[in-house]
Amino acid sequence: MAAKRKTPIKTRNPDLIRGVGKYSRSKMYHKRGLWAIKAKNGGVFPCHKPNPKPATAVEKPPKFYPADDVKKPLLNKRKPKPTKLRASITPGTVLILLAGRFMGKRVVFLKQLTSGLLLVTGPFKINGVPLRRVNQSYVIATSTKIDISGVNLDKFDDKYFAKEVENKKKKTEGEFFEAEKEDKKKLPEDKKEDQKAVDAFLIKSIEGVPELKAYLAARFSLKSGMKPHELVF
Amino acid sequence: MPFKRYVEIGRVALVNYGKDYGKLVVIVDVVDQNRALVDAPDMVRGQMNFKRLTLTDITIDIPRVPKKKTLIEAMEKADVKNKWESSSWGRKLVVQKRRASLNDFDRFKLMLAKIKRSGVIKQELTKLKKENASSI
Repeated sequence: MAAKRKTPIKTRNPDLIRGVGKYSRSKMYHKRGLWAIKAKNGGVFPCHKPNPKPATAVEKPPKFYPADDVKKPLLNKRKPKPTKLRASITPGTVLILLAGRFMGKRVVFLKQLTSGLLLVTGPFKINGVPLRRVNQSYVIATSTKIDISGVNLDKFDDKYFAKEVENKKKKTEGEFFEAEKEDKKKLPEDKKEDQKAVDAFLIKSIEGVPELKAYLAARFSLKSGMKPHELVF
Repeated sequence: MPFKRYVEIGRVALVNYGKDYGKLVVIVDVVDQNRALVDAPDMVRGQMNFKRLTLTDITIDIPRVPKKKTLIEAMEKADVKNKWESSSWGRKLVVQKRRASLNDFDRFKLMLAKIKRSGVIKQELTKLKKENASSI
């Protein structure tokens, strides 16, 4: 590629209609100046010798051929895309949970994790919902928004919520008949501290808006006469 | 039960079906038994079936098929907009619209306000009942 053209290149062979050019093959040969290139190069097209290929090692024939043809599975190069967040869900939006233990609870959205799940908190003091992950499909986004600009959410990611791996103890006969000890796993103190830190800021902004605290404490339910497709959330 | 609202030239009607749902229009001419020529300041004059119109109490004084300018002047003179917005029908429509656009949070606040109001009313009622019972 030599110098850039000042005007964008126009085609030498404009279309009369789609599929039919104005000039025939012989006319185009002349227009492209291939005759001049040939003349310059002594009657033949200039041929640039390809670079010599590096010498490949001699391949030995394999020692073992399998008896039947083994089918290789097709190559899959698909990379899953990050989950698209609905436009109505922005940090600080109040969401309504639709399924699970906290069905109907109104909850504050914090951020979307790399797995696509939404990080959400009650706040815990207000409605008992801890820092939790929730799927976008099981959520209604309301248009009520809270300011969460002061909260630091960097330490929360999917690994934070991973289940703790237990060491399997070998059970002897005696232990089989004993009642299972440690039914409930205690929540580690640092997780409680994290919850408190996030909620402290949120609760302050929530108490700034009248009746918002009671709103978040109440559960949502469909009453008689409410038509979900006509409701504005 | 005689009819009170008649189809006449100058009758203001509310569109209750179709693309212009909710608009106030003026009947400007009658095409045949089922259709009227209808006009409004913000729409192109066109025909509409009577079934799509609900007649209102408001009429304006216009000649048959007036020019847009005359129509607008006549509507100003009869003060259609204010008459409509102060009528109970017009006010009800505004309330319905407001209720339909309520947010989930707004509905919650409304519920609290209703409970509070009925609490106050019940207090008064019990007070009056007690006075009445004690006086008997």
